[in-house]
Amino acid sequence: MSKTLPTSDEQGKGASRRDFLKWSGAAVAVSLTPSVVTRAAGERADETIAGFFEKMPLKLEVNGKLHQLQVEPRTTLLDLLREQIGLTGTKKGCDQGQCGACTVHVNGRRINSCLSLAVMNEGQKITTIEGLAKGDELHPLQEAFIKHDAFQCGYCTPGQIMSGVACINEGHAGSADEIREFMSGNLCRCGAYPHIVDAILETKKGGNNL
Amino acid sequence: MGNYFFETEGPIDRVDGKQKVTGQALYAGEYPLEKLCYGVLVGSSIARGNITAIATKEAENAAGVLAVITHLNRPAIPGYTGEGDSGPAGMKLMSSPAIYFAGQPVALVIADTFERAQHAASLVKVAYKTTESSTDLSTQLSKAAAPRRGKSEYSRGEKNAYKKAAVWIEEDYVIPHEVHNPMELGSITAVWNGDQLTVYDKTQGVKASQRSYAQLFGVPQDNVRVVAPFVGGGFGMALRTWPYEVAAVMGARKVGQPLKLMLSRSQMFTLVGYRPHTIQQVGIGATRDGILTGISHDATAATASYEEFTEGVVRMTQFMYSCANVDTRYRLVPLDVSVPTWMRGPGEATGAFALESALDELAYKLDMDALDLRKKNYAYTDPESGLPYSSKFLMDCYDQGAEKIGWYKRNRQPRSMKNGEWLEGYGMSSGVFGAHRPAATARAVLAADGSLLVQSAASDIGPGTGTAMVKIAADVLGLPYDKVRFELGDSRLPPAPTQGGSGTNSGVGAAVHDVCTAVKEKLILAMNEGKAGFSKQPQQEWLFEKGRIGNGAESISFSDLLKNMGQSAIDLTRDSKSGEERQKYAFYSFSVHFTRLWVHARTGVVRIKQIVTVADAGKIVSEKTARSQMVGGAIGGIGMALMEEAVFDHRFGRMVNNNFADYHIPVNADVPDIDTIFINKPDPYINPMGAKGMGEIALIGYAASVTNAIYHATGKRIRELPVTPDKLL
Ligand code: FES
Ligand code: FES
Repeated sequence: MSKTLPTSDEQGKGASRRDFLKWSGAAVAVSLTPSVVTRAAGERADETIAGFFEKMPLKLEVNGKLHQLQVEPRTTLLDLLREQIGLTGTKKGCDQGQCGACTVHVNGRRINSCLSLAVMNEGQKITTIEGLAKGDELHPLQEAFIKHDAFQCGYCTPGQIMSGVACINEGHAGSADEIREFMSGNLCRCGAYPHIVDAILETKKGGNNL
Repeated sequence: MGNYFFETEGPIDRVDGKQKVTGQALYAGEYPLEKLCYGVLVGSSIARGNITAIATKEAENAAGVLAVITHLNRPAIPGYTGEGDSGPAGMKLMSSPAIYFAGQPVALVIADTFERAQHAASLVKVAYKTTESSTDLSTQLSKAAAPRRGKSEYSRGEKNAYKKAAVWIEEDYVIPHEVHNPMELGSITAVWNGDQLTVYDKTQGVKASQRSYAQLFGVPQDNVRVVAPFVGGGFGMALRTWPYEVAAVMGARKVGQPLKLMLSRSQMFTLVGYRPHTIQQVGIGATRDGILTGISHDATAATASYEEFTEGVVRMTQFMYSCANVDTRYRLVPLDVSVPTWMRGPGEATGAFALESALDELAYKLDMDALDLRKKNYAYTDPESGLPYSSKFLMDCYDQGAEKIGWYKRNRQPRSMKNGEWLEGYGMSSGVFGAHRPAATARAVLAADGSLLVQSAASDIGPGTGTAMVKIAADVLGLPYDKVRFELGDSRLPPAPTQGGSGTNSGVGAAVHDVCTAVKEKLILAMNEGKAGFSKQPQQEWLFEKGRIGNGAESISFSDLLKNMGQSAIDLTRDSKSGEERQKYAFYSFSVHFTRLWVHARTGVVRIKQIVTVADAGKIVSEKTARSQMVGGAIGGIGMALMEEAVFDHRFGRMVNNNFADYHIPVNADVPDIDTIFINKPDPYINPMGAKGMGEIALIGYAASVTNAIYHATGKRIRELPVTPDKLL
């Protein structure tokens, strides 16, 4: 079942970023200094400029800090955090909404950040694992995770903690069974589940102001 | 040896816990680097055949693309020696148009952002000539053959003796293709600086990876640095260097920029090994009063057509029970699949499912309690070698576990215990794994401020290696835990073994113990020379406590003693390895698992209600992390018993459930309370701590405790994992 492929020539047509620049760049280049465009014509910088046109402005608050960014519409909130903002505490475990490793809070609600495009979060307040502690003072659930050894490798842990905080805030931490149910979107391959439940239960009972 | 006991400060919290709960722990794909670019692999869509054409222009022209590499333009990889598409490092990446399995990397696309690399990867078009593939072990058993390497047959006494026994059974047991799936995706960041290479790598062994990259890329070993202080789980997946890692290192060299490559979750199912589909037959016979007279165990496992993988599937049968007649056979069938690798417990876990199920079946046929049958055939010396055990407290495991779960209080008859619509069942099984002590080296630096730094190129994929090592060092020197730091996960540190086969705690722990003991001896020497300046120079032993040395009346801090010694630090390195004891004793860790569960009579849904898991792993160095390890093993076993199975569409040779929505692993709601019991008696010979390994025995055998409990609950014997509800209807 061998099938034919387009020849290199055919392929080259229509897809080139350089073509893109020729028609859209010509119009918009007015707003750039000519030298930028001229320089761009050399090397591969034309791609960079093409990329610039494909980006959208985005303003959002992450852990209390305002960010003004240019992002591609296809960039997920997860990749924005990890690759552009440099907050790698939020983990990528599947990139398809099936593991919970990427859980963050958007305006206090837990979401899978791999399922949210960055540009959908215009003006939102994002909290990641890096924003949970107050300076050196850990969040009570972070403390409880250490105390109960609620992790091994630690890779699912930021997602578990963000999810756990939300679980308590949602009022879904009334019993061990309820916690098990409402924490089941966060996979842990190391199998730290019983200790995660202990940590959340204790934090909930502590009545700590979350 | 054997006189070493821990004076503990109480349970130790995980030393890297704070980094892990705050998101500060950096894993392989998380190092912030200038000019970082991204690699994405394109996988073959066919399982067997050849690439006839590959069109990359469109991808090359896409925004931000720096390179597209295929078998047509792949830079040479000097370590790929010899003919053919596979060599000592396994499959040679993109070395010919030949396709050996679905998902095999056929192109590497490199771009300046992840999104652009991923998009460009979708633009690579490949045409194939497909030849018929075969991926189904069950239809290919006639091709089974002995592995090329290793011993495939074993026997003592008479072969197939079970058939002459008064009571015997003979059954087939099947383990499907299971995938490690650590939560961290396969990740690597490679940085070339001239002919110096730094690799931030998801690896269970930084030294092994260092050797591997040096060999593959033709640079001296000292030019390669592999860094992996945090590894997001491994379970065996990161025991070797995979083609995706070779791709990243090659790509980084090609574009002259740091390159990061993270596999997708679906690639995790096909590019980094798995536990192979294995079909086993066990025949086991006994006298009417339950004395085993023969065990035969045959196993046939899948492997790749391009590389042979073997593991110890039938090992446990050879030495677990006292039985005069035992024979085993192990064979392989090459298929058009990627190569398997060790997955937690490895082959022993596969074999234990068969053996421990068969014992349960035999017990019922004998009308005997399954635990009593095991006790009756208890091996007091190693039946395989005839050697005495270095230590064996399996009987204590049986007793304490049975007591905890109320084993003897159950009604042994199948389908006799009910709870409304639910049938209740109890099951037990055991596990065993060799207790090793790999050679390791550690360095200790006692600094002027009295703090201690210990280093070894060990790994921590999750068990808490750093924590255990800090505990050992602190206990030897009487230091508070927070005065000790342990550095691991860097190939520049003194050599340590790869983390696998439950050997790290034993081997690296011994090295840490030895080097700290050497530091202690230096301090004692100084004390004996009167360097402390005590008013009375006593003859008795010195007390090491809270970072001070004293005689009961007076004491001096390490820091002041160093000053008095005129030294700014004590800096020592020690190699440590096992000795003659390995020839004199049989070294094993043991586990026993008990499960109580409910099966819903009408729907076949299984709910595990209680687990008691007991380990004879010698002295437990750090109870808190050890408990997590045992709990994690049982949970892995729940997945194995009830959920995990990679499903193939054999018409196309492709896996169809290569994601977490379709390949189920246990979630929080699947897991009940788990009791862990440690016998916690030191092994007098294995190492100075008396600690045996635990990573494998936590899982080995567990699945059979579930299937045995399901039989007890329902009267249905399921011999093919996983036990999904349809099998119970
Ligand atoms: S990475 Fe988002 S759910 Fe898995
Ligand atoms: S701690 Fe390793 S995956 Fe949860």
